[in-house]
Amino acid sequence: MLIKRPNDIRSSEITDEAVYWNRRRFISAVTAAGAAVAAGAVIPFWGSTDPHAGWQRRDDELTPFEDVTSYNNFYEFGTGKGDPAKHAHMLRPRPWTVTVEGEAHKPRTFDIDDMWKRFPPQERIYRLRCVEAWSMVIPWVGFPLRDLLSVVEPTSSAKYVEFTTLHDPEQMPGQRRRILPWPYVEGLRMDEAMHPLTILALGLYGRALPNQNGAPVRLVVPWKYGFKSIKSIVRIRLVRTQPQATWNVWAPHEYGFYANVNPEVDHPRWSQARERRIGELFKRPTLMFNGYGDQVASLYAGMDLRRQY
Amino acid sequence: MTQGQWVRRVVRPAAVVAALVPAVLLLRAVVTDNLGANPVEEITHRTGFAAITLLMITLAVTPAGRLLRFGALVQLRRMLGLFAFFYASLHFATYALDQTYLSGLGVSPSAIAEDIAKRPYVTVGFTTFLLLVPLAVTSTRGWVKRLGGKRWQRLHRLVYVAGAGAVLHFLWLVKADVRQPVIYGVVLVVLLGYRLVGARLGSRRAAPRARRSASEPTGARG
Repeated sequence: MLIKRPNDIRSSEITDEAVYWNRRRFISAVTAAGAAVAAGAVIPFWGSTDPHAGWQRRDDELTPFEDVTSYNNFYEFGTGKGDPAKHAHMLRPRPWTVTVEGEAHKPRTFDIDDMWKRFPPQERIYRLRCVEAWSMVIPWVGFPLRDLLSVVEPTSSAKYVEFTTLHDPEQMPGQRRRILPWPYVEGLRMDEAMHPLTILALGLYGRALPNQNGAPVRLVVPWKYGFKSIKSIVRIRLVRTQPQATWNVWAPHEYGFYANVNPEVDHPRWSQARERRIGELFKRPTLMFNGYGDQVASLYAGMDLRRQY
Repeated sequence: MTQGQWVRRVVRPAAVVAALVPAVLLLRAVVTDNLGANPVEEITHRTGFAAITLLMITLAVTPAGRLLRFGALVQLRRMLGLFAFFYASLHFATYALDQTYLSGLGVSPSAIAEDIAKRPYVTVGFTTFLLLVPLAVTSTRGWVKRLGGKRWQRLHRLVYVAGAGAVLHFLWLVKADVRQPVIYGVVLVVLLGYRLVGARLGSRRAAPRARRSASEPTGARG
């Protein structure tokens, strides 16, 4: 299956979509088989090859690599969209460890290279919807967060997962000014963290994460606004109470803890009904849960999403 | 050369070129497809920056003329103000297009009106733009005569309100990093403070007439 794409992407930078589809089918098959063995059930949206079945739509063309890596919100490197690409070379993604601790029977620290080996990376093509009303489609390389969490065996009092970004103004010049209370912290409810769509990404476009995209490891939660997908993680903590997520603490009336993509709940300063897909001139309607409602809406059954935004 | 000649032959052409730089750079970026991943946002930001910057420069003309004892600089004020209005118009046009046509709503003044009413930073931005309209219209010599110097001047003090509106608009739209809008705010406060203090000292010296006339578009001094 070939899809016409703008010719400003260097062909060396992208993998042809047909290849992605094939890989995806391969991955689906492997994953479905694995899941079937493990859980005794095939997870339906992975097993399906119908492009409309949830995670990718026919009009979701991959956002060019160059845009994905040059237009970023990563305030640790500056508040301009181009700042991360300009300054992220100061980050040293090796050596790097991620400590997983808190309410766990077997807390431990993972070396990033061990992580690559221990959790075989899969490709996941997800829509990314920024709270600023723009969006991308990114082929991530990563693994389900729940695979990592199951290794440390959360205790029954683990209700939330808290993530923390590296705090080192030497490597992250944006942290030299207190634009936000550093370090950046994000959090998920346990069921959100255990959801199969929630991944830890180690790469994108078939290569290791560029620094400006959150090297060496970041969270990706495709049905939530982008700021939930915390970058350059050094610590994951299983906790009893709702984590103090940075933007939520900074401006609680503008950025909720849940931050589920919701076209019906506007940001106080702008509408969330539409979004501009990077690379497109005309805006498109924003989808509830960023189009992943079939998979995740049940997590929020009975919740008033207007109040718990 | 007299001051007036300096301004006409050297300073004004240089100022025209400088004021056109943002437009030329923008045009070049459009033609060469160098507006980055989000061109509409980039155009909005660039035109907004140019507008608020030129507005501040316009406000700085009179104080600069006094401090440098170069009263003829005031001849640049109208042109710079019109350039600020030019960029503000492009800024508003980009926003309006983005809200309607590019949002798939076709020609829809109501969509714009709704957004203006709903979002405080847009309300302030739009009000600021509206304030600049009568100032641009009455910027000609003919209008100065028609209104009379005093009334014209009172009307044009609105430019300070517009300056404050532009800063507030900027301040309310940033997410966390307020450094840039604060810098513009400080510049505005200094410029306004200078005028207020100047006016008070002027009235104490009981020579407000002379001062006022110095800021009329004539003052060519040797």
